[in-house]
Amino acid sequence: MSNQGALSDSSAERITRVEELAYELTIAEVMTKNPVTLTINMSMRDALDLIGKYKISGAPVAKDGKLIGILSTEDLIRSLRDGRIDRKVTEYMTHKVITVREHDQVVEALKMFAKTKVGRLPVVDENNKLIGILTKGDISNGVLTALQRDLEAEELIRYRASHLFEDIVSDRTSLILRYTIKKDDFLHGGAASNRIKKALLRLGASNQTARKCGIAVYEAEMNLIIHTNNGGFLRVEVEEGKIIMEAYDDGPGIPDINKAMTPGWSTATSEVRNKGFGAGMGLVNINNCVDEMIIKSSTESGTNLFMIMYLDKHPNGNEHGSKNHH
Amino acid sequence: MNIGEIAVLVQGKILTDGINKNLEVVGAFAGDLMSDVLATIKPEAVLITGLNNPQVIRTALIADVRMVIIARGKQPSIEMVELANSEGMPMISSPLGLFELSARLAENDIVSFEQEFDLSKYD
Repeated sequence: MSNQGALSDSSAERITRVEELAYELTIAEVMTKNPVTLTINMSMRDALDLIGKYKISGAPVAKDGKLIGILSTEDLIRSLRDGRIDRKVTEYMTHKVITVREHDQVVEALKMFAKTKVGRLPVVDENNKLIGILTKGDISNGVLTALQRDLEAEELIRYRASHLFEDIVSDRTSLILRYTIKKDDFLHGGAASNRIKKALLRLGASNQTARKCGIAVYEAEMNLIIHTNNGGFLRVEVEEGKIIMEAYDDGPGIPDINKAMTPGWSTATSEVRNKGFGAGMGLVNINNCVDEMIIKSSTESGTNLFMIMYLDKHPNGNEHGSKNHH
Repeated sequence: MNIGEIAVLVQGKILTDGINKNLEVVGAFAGDLMSDVLATIKPEAVLITGLNNPQVIRTALIADVRMVIIARGKQPSIEMVELANSEGMPMISSPLGLFELSARLAENDIVSFEQEFDLSKYD
């Protein structure tokens, strides 16, 4: 597949996440705290020394901790040009300072940078006390740190989930997911199957295994919605080496399972077909996706459908397992 | 082709927010019955369908579809658009029908992402 010049799924996700972070992160979280600050009795020469020492391109000026101005490299150049390097910083600083508040979202600072073209924004509290300084570089660093944190958290969740069966020792450890499926609930049709697919991915299943199991339970879920008297249940049991999916209901039962297993054969009404179902591929799809499929059905007690998927190390060493229906 | 180019090619209206128009797609599949889709669609396909309900999105998610094109100008419900947005499934609506959509994509080197269904097992 040609992916040249294109963003991958994951990097596209990251971009959206960056936009989100601009709204989630506060300025206090990304700003530089305790910035290099000039005081009112300093000369432009003092400022030049400090700015040179810390390799910065400007600094806020404070009096008793409160912000009263900001001095930039341009101001220093002006004083040098004028030959007045020994004058006070208060003479050359900008008095009217554009500031941001510590509790504001990062997006507010981004808007301010775009609007004003300033290089740095002093951060103040409600009493105009200087508490930090913010540059575009601070925002980039803050966002990158937050992205890294996200990534680590997701990896940790995935790691923990996929090691469930190694970390918890018992004679037989399994995780059971249960879903109640309502008759005729087309609006939510497939929602349980999508949750199951996501859970399997999180538990460390390969994309292919999760997709195959997803298709099988999706068809089973739609069968419960379309064909039962009273809906039914989906039950997925995940244990080391295999996934057992089960769909059961209390009727009306499948009178002829062989017919139901014929591609294209369906008892669905035209109303159901208009909704995009009743292709007569449900059980066929399930059978093609899972390693083992067992149907037990009677007109008295309803239908039990077992679908088993063996994971990598399958005891029979047979990739596809045996397919049978009773 | 990428999603943005396909949207232009099919005179489509993008219905979901924040989609990555640069995402490349290679193959497509067309169908109206969701079990037919699940039976033979390959992963990462464009799904072209005349069906217009939330099951399209759920089927697309199960089948690892890259984007959904709703044919014949149908307007999905708010619930369907919300589902597509929350699951990050790009969705566009095109005034064209299934055949015209498929033909236009094929002319632009989008290949079939349909697996041949193996009927031999059912003789």
